Amino acid sequence: MTTGRLLLAVETDGAGAHPAAWRYPGVSGAALDPKSIAAAVIAAEKAGFALAAFGDGPVPPPAGSRIEAGVRAAYLSPLTTRIGLAPALHVTTAEPFHLATQLASLDHASHGRAAWVVGAANDGPARATIGAAPLDAAARGQELRDVIDVARALWDSWEDDAVIKDTVTGRFIDNDKVHHVRFEGASFSVAGPLITPRPPQGQVVIIAPDSLGVADRSDITLIGGFSPTIGHGPRVLAGRAGRAREAGSPLVFAELEVALDQPGERAANRLARLASLAAWPATDRVRFAGSAEALTEFLAGLAAYVDGVLFHPAEAAVDFPILCGEVLPALTASGLARTPGPDGGTLRDVLGLPRPANRFAHPVRSARA
Amino acid sequence: MPDHHDPDGSPQVHLGVFFTGVGPQLIWADPACASHHEIETFVQVTRLLERGLFDAFFLGEGLRVRENRGKVYDLDVSGRPDAITQLAALAAVTDRIGLVATQNATYNYPADLARRLASLDLISGGRAGWNIVTTDNAWTGENFRHGGWLPHERRYERATQFVETAKQLWSAGPAGPPVDVRTDLVSLRAAATVPPSPQGRPVLFQAGDSDGGRELAAKHADVVFSRHRELDEAQAYARDLRTRLARYGRQPDEVRILPGASVVVGDTPREAEEKARWVRGEQVNGPRALAYLEQYWGTDLSAYDPDGPLPDIEPSSGELDPSRGTIAIERRTGKLELIQSWRDLAAERGLSIRQLVLEVSGGHATFTGTPGQIADTWAHYVRTRAVDGFNITPHLLPSSLADIVDRVVPELQDRGVYRTKYAGTTLREHLALPPLRAAAAAA
Repeated sequence: MTTGRLLLAVETDGAGAHPAAWRYPGVSGAALDPKSIAAAVIAAEKAGFALAAFGDGPVPPPAGSRIEAGVRAAYLSPLTTRIGLAPALHVTTAEPFHLATQLASLDHASHGRAAWVVGAANDGPARATIGAAPLDAAARGQELRDVIDVARALWDSWEDDAVIKDTVTGRFIDNDKVHHVRFEGASFSVAGPLITPRPPQGQVVIIAPDSLGVADRSDITLIGGFSPTIGHGPRVLAGRAGRAREAGSPLVFAELEVALDQPGERAANRLARLASLAAWPATDRVRFAGSAEALTEFLAGLAAYVDGVLFHPAEAAVDFPILCGEVLPALTASGLARTPGPDGGTLRDVLGLPRPANRFAHPVRSARA
Repeated sequence: MPDHHDPDGSPQVHLGVFFTGVGPQLIWADPACASHHEIETFVQVTRLLERGLFDAFFLGEGLRVRENRGKVYDLDVSGRPDAITQLAALAAVTDRIGLVATQNATYNYPADLARRLASLDLISGGRAGWNIVTTDNAWTGENFRHGGWLPHERRYERATQFVETAKQLWSAGPAGPPVDVRTDLVSLRAAATVPPSPQGRPVLFQAGDSDGGRELAAKHADVVFSRHRELDEAQAYARDLRTRLARYGRQPDEVRILPGASVVVGDTPREAEEKARWVRGEQVNGPRALAYLEQYWGTDLSAYDPDGPLPDIEPSSGELDPSRGTIAIERRTGKLELIQSWRDLAAERGLSIRQLVLEVSGGHATFTGTPGQIADTWAHYVRTRAVDGFNITPHLLPSSLADIVDRVVPELQDRGVYRTKYAGTTLREHLALPPLRAAAAAA
């Protein structure tokens, strides 16, 4: 089922996953400093990560601030050449048309390296930012499906060869190849076409946790909820990965929160120290604390079940350099990592995903063209 | 004051480039015109403009692809990126030029747009601007959750409340209390997620020319992107704006006036005139002239010769649909009278379809001449306080802009009306706008 080699992704948002991470000396302003944001993603690219995720939400994080994820990802696009750029955008607080345009534009700016981490923030404060109340579970699920579906339709609304620049007839585009989408969702409709030509990847890569129930619409499904010692809990891991694949998700990534041993302080001791500053509530992600070697071993076991891993460093200042400097080199040396080649290519190329055919393209006519 | 006036107090020319991404201005058929779908073209253009010490680069936006009689309009360039996304990418590879996004105050969520603009502003080191536009047509609204919800006469009311909400969010910052607004046009409770940039908040540009638009500009804009380019009209506009500013307790130097302009530069006056004729001829070619009339006739005119007389058939009844994009409100009604006036004009002067469209469709080059002539004209405009500079729409990317950077800018510098280096780092500093007052920022 898997290739046995892992695609590696890393969350680059802010100071780290631990609520006390921002207290690390010198990091409090780093989440807002363009140079620091860029340095982290450039380091991740150099280390061999296939993807950088940019966490986000409509409400500021506790005791912090954050630059909108789409803006961060776009800023990184000309500063990187191989790494995928995956901002989190929330279907519950966005205009679907703008969301699709923003992601298509990121794909153009990055020459085909855009991905979308699907979010569906639905608590009171998040929804209040658009003057709305939280959606019930059914409506939220419908909204998720509708926004993904309309984004995918809009990304196809320009065929790849729509721009013809025919100087004889004076036609810039072939308007038989730019389509209305006439999408009718439960709570909105969109006429289309998109204002932006088809993204270089055809379809931006869609990443969503399995808990959102859209594995059938995702390119990468994120799973968690299993034990960090595989020997004791492969059933949950295998079950969730299997269900995502059965639903139609071509790739499955595990989400791991990691705290790693550093000289002078073991990860477990560091977590205990951080716990005295702020509690770290349990999440659906797998939480790993230990040495870089132990993590590498754990990942080797994971590779039988998942195609990749999305790391959330507990403290970016501590754990991210260890991931780049120790874990990735070890994985690469043992042939366990699938890293982007020097020439890059699109994110779909790196992920081994085909470039999707356009739903509006007429196969016969295209074959003749 | 930063660099608006040089040491002896003479006014300065401020230049921006407005790239619309649609419309007939860009001569895409010329092999010298770089692709406007490639980010590299814009990297090249913005770096060129930095070399020319321009204040700002603007991206236009329209939220529905233009159509002609129900089909996507095929003769002009089309297809453009999300402005904030593209400008955020450009922020990474430039370090002085202002980056201005045209964004719609009708079809956006205020907290979301305020946040994205503040993000662009912070990540660019204080170089962001927002060109505030509105849309009232339901046709554009078909791409959005609440299509066509806003009546024409209330669009500036919504825009004003939208801008005021954004300003509150920007001045409160993440540490401030949440902003709570409950009206029938804006309803939200939100907190800023981004602290202020070095310029405080994005610079606000406003282009509307109706009474509502002018009031919004007088109350909130830092720069007006006016359409009054003729000297006397520009002076009248400036007087009107300054009168309105005073009503809101604002000083004349709190707002810059930068009308849109197109520029054709030649080695001699005659060469410039010839080039301008060529530009205009390319922009209004035969197919475009027919399409222009089709918009008003409401019917297929492809059988007509663009170099022949006006169509003899009667136009369809009914009024114009807005699907070609922004049609001024005064042109949306009374099309039969308008067509009759064109017939009269064509008969009187013996004009072909194409000649008529050249005459009535607007878009003539605003400034045509040698670099020295253009510099003299612009120096006169700013010295008479008619304008503070221009927002230039290019006809060829990037060569028509290189003409200005390499040839006109040195002439302006020789005349003492143009900076010789950037004095500051933010867009607000480039525009020589006074620092934000705490009260004004929150107003």
